Amino acid sequence: MKPSLAQFQDNFVDALWHTDVEPMPLTALSSHFFPGHDSVAPEPSAQAKLSSQPGFKIYRNTVLKSCIDALMANYPSVLRLVGPAWFHAAAAVHARKAPPIDVSMLVYGQHFPAFLKHYEGARELPYLADVARLDRSWTECHVASDEPLINSIDLSRLSPIELGNTVLRPHPSARWIWFPTQPAYTIWRSNREPAELDGELAWSAEGALLTRPYGSVIWQSAGLGLCTFLHACARGCTLAQAAEAAIQADPTQDIAHLLSELITAGALSPATPNDYS
Amino acid sequence: MTQDLGAGLGLRPQHYDAALEHIKHGLWFEVHPENYMVAGGPRLAWLEAIRQHYPIALHGVSLSLAADTEPDPAHLRKLTDLIERIEPVLISEHLAWSTWRGVYHPDLLPFPRTHAALLRIADNISRTQDTLGRRIAIENPTHYLHLEAHEWSETDFLRELTQRTGCGLLLDVNNVFISARNLQFNAADYLDQIPADAVMEIHLAGHSQDSELGAALLIDSHDTPIAEDVWMLYGHLIERIGAKPTLIERDDHLPEFDVLLGERDRAQCQLMQQQVTV
Repeated sequence: MKPSLAQFQDNFVDALWHTDVEPMPLTALSSHFFPGHDSVAPEPSAQAKLSSQPGFKIYRNTVLKSCIDALMANYPSVLRLVGPAWFHAAAAVHARKAPPIDVSMLVYGQHFPAFLKHYEGARELPYLADVARLDRSWTECHVASDEPLINSIDLSRLSPIELGNTVLRPHPSARWIWFPTQPAYTIWRSNREPAELDGELAWSAEGALLTRPYGSVIWQSAGLGLCTFLHACARGCTLAQAAEAAIQADPTQDIAHLLSELITAGALSPATPNDYS
Repeated sequence: MTQDLGAGLGLRPQHYDAALEHIKHGLWFEVHPENYMVAGGPRLAWLEAIRQHYPIALHGVSLSLAADTEPDPAHLRKLTDLIERIEPVLISEHLAWSTWRGVYHPDLLPFPRTHAALLRIADNISRTQDTLGRRIAIENPTHYLHLEAHEWSETDFLRELTQRTGCGLLLDVNNVFISARNLQFNAADYLDQIPADAVMEIHLAGHSQDSELGAALLIDSHDTPIAEDVWMLYGHLIERIGAKPTLIERDDHLPEFDVLLGERDRAQCQLMQQQVTV
């Protein structure tokens, strides 16, 4: 009986990803292509009938290459740090574990940073997963929706009490990460920008903020106060609550300066009318 | 509207600036909607800037119309949003599948042309056209495999799809050439069997040979100039069916924009000769 279209597709996908499908026995091959030649030969499996043909490797290669190419495009700093051969090997392992679910390959590789964190081959590079998180942040910032930014004039109309009660949201394109143990942002930046690191790398905590105020993605270093403030805004806290959390995280944090820095960077969206209380 | 289109080019991000530097009258571009189905950002802004000067066609590679399931409603929603934003002059998809049970296998995968497959795909095309509110063109795939279970020839299958759904065809001459070599059939005979009225667009592209099997296995790589054999088939085709919007595809080993324009101009000349003689 002929397999249904769905059964054919199940078999094809099995053959596509599982290269260890049993090779078709020679006797079965001859009976397959020359019917009647050997009527007692066992019928080859549906997968073997597909994967034994020379043309099948075109599909196998294209699917895997598309995944690896997308990861290379989406993780350029990781690629620059480890080189094409290392990246290719790691990306092939990842693609088999986590093939795409979204048809936009621009955003493929959401789980690649987590994969690198536990990948045996990356054990000697403890900062690699964090560098990958920043590459991922760049992608997310790049494709986020175009919503208006808040400007300082909007806020200057409010009284101090109104300002404290205002709820501002991080702009959909804003991404921020605090790295408590290593200078992942400096490493990432020196692989993303033409400029090389000047001087010795100080192995200390740091943070990063990525935004898209004028169309292109831009980045800057961020302190613990800034990261804490944006976390609080994302949770729906008022500006007063967010400021309190930021000062708790970093007692030296100047809140007026921080707010101005976030507005200039394009990290904040206007409050909706309901957000004013 | 499509009658005004001559020869166009597939547009890659590397050529955005060149495309806007010197606006070329009569040129049009085609892009893969998957590269622009995002919430916002500079990619959409670039496409909108190009759209201000040129007609744009959307050529989908992942709607998976030949999967044994309905098209993904979320995909159709995003595609509808992009169509509203860009107002494309043509919309096309492939006679192939790629998403299956929630996983995207990024390629154009084959299937046995059974009667059951015909019913499923016709239904998927109709659903797509109903949702988008537009007629779409279906592209003939490239073949690398002998499948046992075919019940229809590909040309009859395509003709039947056009009759059942009202869809058009995107005839890729390079795909026909490659498939004819790989599966050993006659490319000219195949092209002769395509109903002229259904053809909304023609694709031309380059191909390469498999590194081990050479000319015995051709690959639809889109990384070389169009082969002379393909130009010849194209000439015969438009002699029979008349001038149709023709697109030059190039996805890899991208040359300078002017080099691609040279190939495009060659197709444009052939189309204009047809229009003069018809």
